[in-house]
Amino acid sequence: MSEIINNPSDIKVVKAPEGFEGPGFFATSLDKVVGMARKNSIWPLPFATSCCGIEFMATMASTYDLARFGSERLSFSPRQADLLMVMGTIAKKMGPVLRQVYEQMAEPRWVLSVGACASSGGIFDSYSVLQGIDHIIPVDVYVPGCPPRPEQIIDGIINIQDLIQNESLRRRNSPEYKQLLASYGIE
Amino acid sequence: MNPTIKQEEKHKDYTTLNLGPTHPATHGIFQNVLTMDGEIIVNSEPTIGYIHRAFEKLAEHKPFYQVTPLTDRMNYCSSPINNMGWHMTVEKLLKAELPPRVEYMRIVIMELARISDHIVCNSVIGVDTGAMTGFLYVFTWREFIYEIYEDICGARLTTNIGRIGGFERDFSEIVWRKIDKFLEEFPAQLKEFENLLMRNRIFMDRTIACGPISAERALAYSFSGPNLRAAGVDYDVRVMNPYSAYKEFDFDIPIGTQGDTYDRFMVRQEEMWQSMSIIRQALEKLKKLEDKTSFHADLPSFYLPPKEDVYNDMEALIYHFKIVMGETDVPKGEVYHCVEGGNGELGFYLISDGGRQPFRLHFRRPCFIYYQAYKEMIKGSYLSDAILTMSSMNVIAGELDA
Amino acid sequence: MEKPTIEEIINALSEKFGSGIFEWNREYDFHIATVDKQIWVQIFRFLYENEKFRFRYLTTLCGVHYPDAPQPFCLVGQVHSLEHNLRLRFKTFSNEHHVEFDSLTGVFPAANWMERETYDFYGYRFHGHPDLKRILNVDDMDYFPMRKEYPVEDRTRYDKDDTMFGRKRSDFDRKTLMEKK
Repeated sequence: MSEIINNPSDIKVVKAPEGFEGPGFFATSLDKVVGMARKNSIWPLPFATSCCGIEFMATMASTYDLARFGSERLSFSPRQADLLMVMGTIAKKMGPVLRQVYEQMAEPRWVLSVGACASSGGIFDSYSVLQGIDHIIPVDVYVPGCPPRPEQIIDGIINIQDLIQNESLRRRNSPEYKQLLASYGIE
Repeated sequence: MNPTIKQEEKHKDYTTLNLGPTHPATHGIFQNVLTMDGEIIVNSEPTIGYIHRAFEKLAEHKPFYQVTPLTDRMNYCSSPINNMGWHMTVEKLLKAELPPRVEYMRIVIMELARISDHIVCNSVIGVDTGAMTGFLYVFTWREFIYEIYEDICGARLTTNIGRIGGFERDFSEIVWRKIDKFLEEFPAQLKEFENLLMRNRIFMDRTIACGPISAERALAYSFSGPNLRAAGVDYDVRVMNPYSAYKEFDFDIPIGTQGDTYDRFMVRQEEMWQSMSIIRQALEKLKKLEDKTSFHADLPSFYLPPKEDVYNDMEALIYHFKIVMGETDVPKGEVYHCVEGGNGELGFYLISDGGRQPFRLHFRRPCFIYYQAYKEMIKGSYLSDAILTMSSMNVIAGELDA
Repeated sequence: MEKPTIEEIINALSEKFGSGIFEWNREYDFHIATVDKQIWVQIFRFLYENEKFRFRYLTTLCGVHYPDAPQPFCLVGQVHSLEHNLRLRFKTFSNEHHVEFDSLTGVFPAANWMERETYDFYGYRFHGHPDLKRILNVDDMDYFPMRKEYPVEDRTRYDKDDTMFGRKRSDFDRKTLMEKK
């Protein structure tokens, strides 16, 4: 392990979690390893509807390059995605679609709400806009901004990564989590 | 490339395919329920409105200056054009005269916005044909345009740039330097992008005769902007009804002949070169102007006074308060103003009853109007061509759904 | 082709339609005619087919609601003659309970979605429209949101207190909303 960390080239390698180390072995707890692996290989599903989607394009493009954070591979199918990134206004007509996409995702799943519209309806306090996606699905991290800058979107991803890394393996089976989903009417 | 167009037959089995509203290839949220014969589209049923945000209703409840942020979010690829289109509509209502320097500055920004709009559209055509490289190349320069906006108004995408009557502040030295740098270095990059795609056999095979529309049909569907010009009609609002100071500029209107994806690509490509020439001309004109400082018109009841006056001067404070609360008098009347937006004739039909908000504000959104021809354009073509047709029409969901 | 003057067009129209055209106005750079809704389609067809005028481009079409006027429901259409670069705006009014106008889709295919949008926002029905249904809003919406009597705000917000601007928190708290349901 230690020689990987002390890699002389400039390729950045993720630091190993805390553990016991001796000649030929390394011991740590399972959820730390799982958390580390999950954290650095998020497959995001971009649910881009409007302006924030264009900023997401900038985040993916050459200057900001989200791939540096282990999210190179976008998953356009909800069934293989870990992270639902909701970017842009969600109109009431779109609400059921968003919910269906969320339901199709497999556990464990995280939701990042990018931008003022997705988080609260933003400036569109109007009859046709859903006033925040947390009315229909649970959200893990909110990113403010209208639209947020790519740095902010990356910051949101880093926050999601922290959540993922520190999540207990049993969280998804806990009664609290089941209760949370039940409060949204999701089984 | 050209499958024979088939009519829907009664006794045949067709596949129904639901494309969208969250399909990644549709660039936005459009739903099309397609009736497919193998890989050929026999019929389609588009559904829109998945991002309907009630711009027109919201605008009826906001003072004039607060409508600008709404226009940002229509065609968010070229928001400065929308902002300035709205400002010019109000100025037309007020019969305001602007100093020429402001007009030229506006033109510089509007043409930069046009370039950034066309960069998105054309590089995405590349992505859809499988050429990701071009996208990564030109997006660096799009970021650079964003930086210019940022130095002027502080925002990147939804700019809210300028005010009714001019700009909120003069451009800094950095802005002028950045514009010069852009004009100096972007052409080489754009040329490289063109070399990648323009005479590329694969790209040509993929886009020529893909999603064509004739000039007659395009006019019947009230197309405007690059899509209409690709079909061979030289209608450009900048020339037909010159607004701002476009009358003084010399530029070409590129037109296509077939109205297919390749023509749309080429027209946008040439428009970027023309835009750069317009910016150069505007910079020349600005240099020749004696006036080097004015950046707004004299409109005390609409243009916010400078902050230091607000703190020290009673009159300025009153105006500031009146403007921010939207308590200024507006003439009664109705006015239609249109600008050449990224996608064509972007019109603002404003009815004012003299109150603090517009009585009615209707946006003529070019996307909404020409997207209805999509059904006809993809009938009888392959599914993969339908995706290309959509991206080359540059349909922006925010503008489409109002 | 010689460009017709605006007077020529006005004369030709009043010759053809006589009292169907109620009045001509000029607002800024536009000539506006208020017409009887019976001749709504004929007037556009006449301008379209006339070889001299060639108004063959429908710029836009939208509704306007004047709640206090005797005829509250207004329909505005704007045509453009690209050859001559002339623009005209037409208005027609109605005060019926079920507002109905004739559809322009026979003249301009582009009117299709514009009329659907107008139906969606104002509830105007268009006689002769091939597929008149809601376009932007959800299908089961039971009112026409752009009419002035309906509020812009979303009714599900309970966290805003805009008493100064005519909206009280109590109108929007969850309890009241639930009771209303």
